Amino acid sequence: MIRTIETSVLTQQISEMCIQVNHCLSPDMEAALKNAAQTEVSPLGKKILGDLQKNLKIAAGEQIPICQDTGMAVVFLEIGQDVHFTGGSVEDAVNEGVRQGYVSGYLRKSVVADPIERINTKDNTPAVIHYSIVPGDRVRITLAPKGFGSENMSRVFMLKPADGIEGVKEAILTAVRDAGPNACPPMVVGVGIGGTFEKSALMAKQALTRDISKSSPVPWVADLEREMKEKIDCLGIGPGGLGGVTTALAVNINTFATHIAGLPVAVNICCHVNRHQTREL
Amino acid sequence: MDKKIRLPITEETAVSLYAGDYVYLTGKMYVARDAAHKRLSELMEKGKELPIDLAQATVYYMGPSPARKGRPIGSAGPTTASRMDKYTPALLDNGLRAMIGKGKRSEEVLRSIKKNKAVYFAAVGGAGALLSKCIKRSEIVCYEDLGAEAIREIEVEDLPAVVVADCHGNDLYQTAAKEYEKPEK
Repeated sequence: MIRTIETSVLTQQISEMCIQVNHCLSPDMEAALKNAAQTEVSPLGKKILGDLQKNLKIAAGEQIPICQDTGMAVVFLEIGQDVHFTGGSVEDAVNEGVRQGYVSGYLRKSVVADPIERINTKDNTPAVIHYSIVPGDRVRITLAPKGFGSENMSRVFMLKPADGIEGVKEAILTAVRDAGPNACPPMVVGVGIGGTFEKSALMAKQALTRDISKSSPVPWVADLEREMKEKIDCLGIGPGGLGGVTTALAVNINTFATHIAGLPVAVNICCHVNRHQTREL
Repeated sequence: MDKKIRLPITEETAVSLYAGDYVYLTGKMYVARDAAHKRLSELMEKGKELPIDLAQATVYYMGPSPARKGRPIGSAGPTTASRMDKYTPALLDNGLRAMIGKGKRSEEVLRSIKKNKAVYFAAVGGAGALLSKCIKRSEIVCYEDLGAEAIREIEVEDLPAVVVADCHGNDLYQTAAKEYEKPEK
């Protein structure tokens, strides 16, 4: 059975999601920040984490975006193969949702139409859209607006197979160390291991949208996530980069098959304002 | 140490500040980021007059979200300062006293801060809603066409910030992390 969905529904949902994610963090992020404020030992770090608590309260209560960089909208669309869209192009519908959300929600328009000419599009479009076709007749929309303070500190490393797990660990630590205060720590570190050049980067981005209270279902990956969070916290970067024991709120790692000659590792760093929401139609 | 500071920051005040001081700033400052810095730099290169008075000025690296009705400004946290590094020494040589942003500065900027008896503060990155509440008035001074990147003058009350780079050659980013760094297990 083919299920028909009007593309205007995508527009409506995405518009609402843009506004919501920029004012309220997901419960896992909120809980991790609250916990960090308790466990941080640096007095200045504790003060900063306290400020972040106040910031979240003001953002939700007074409808002021959590961060002024309300991001470039990244949209993951998982489309069931039994779905038929009517009412116009899916891409246009997604961009219309972003446009409506960013304009009516008083969100910052941070997108320029061309990377060199740099003229602002004034409505935060276009979004970066990743499509995948899945079994079934449902559509899952994940919206993850990405701020560029942390995006600019993200990296792809094309390691050699001989570099192995130790090389992967060093790559993650290098990215985090170089990011330091620029990425607004405490950060969430999304990692993609394997695949190809672009697949690793996409996995790293997707990893950021996973609930940070949940580990990878793959045992060795879950172990690596725990170990890397601990190692990153030992760097001492701390809240705001001003020293402390809370540098990462979580490390989320996704993996995929790769080529006999390669070991791609992508590290997508996100600040403590790790915004994402998923809805199913 | 917590200090309350009234803007503009005099040379004497700048000299009294040390990396790690927690300050609350009150008074008028400019807001400018990438595109505005590029324009100011082009004017300076051509020897033309600037649209803002840099003498003892404080500039906040920030691009706010739009203000809702009845509010002076939207979310208003700091942006990454290193993107302004290229333009900063010339501005400091022309009288700029203080900068508010987040993240590391280049060696050249740190040297220029020392030479010009200036100061670099960090505000809490990602705390745009909280910092918005410290801003009492905001108006666009020039470059309105740049949208969120226009140069503004804002009036702040007790805006919290931390001295990161002082004119004595200290850089908190280099020292603070070392204090909490733990050797590899």
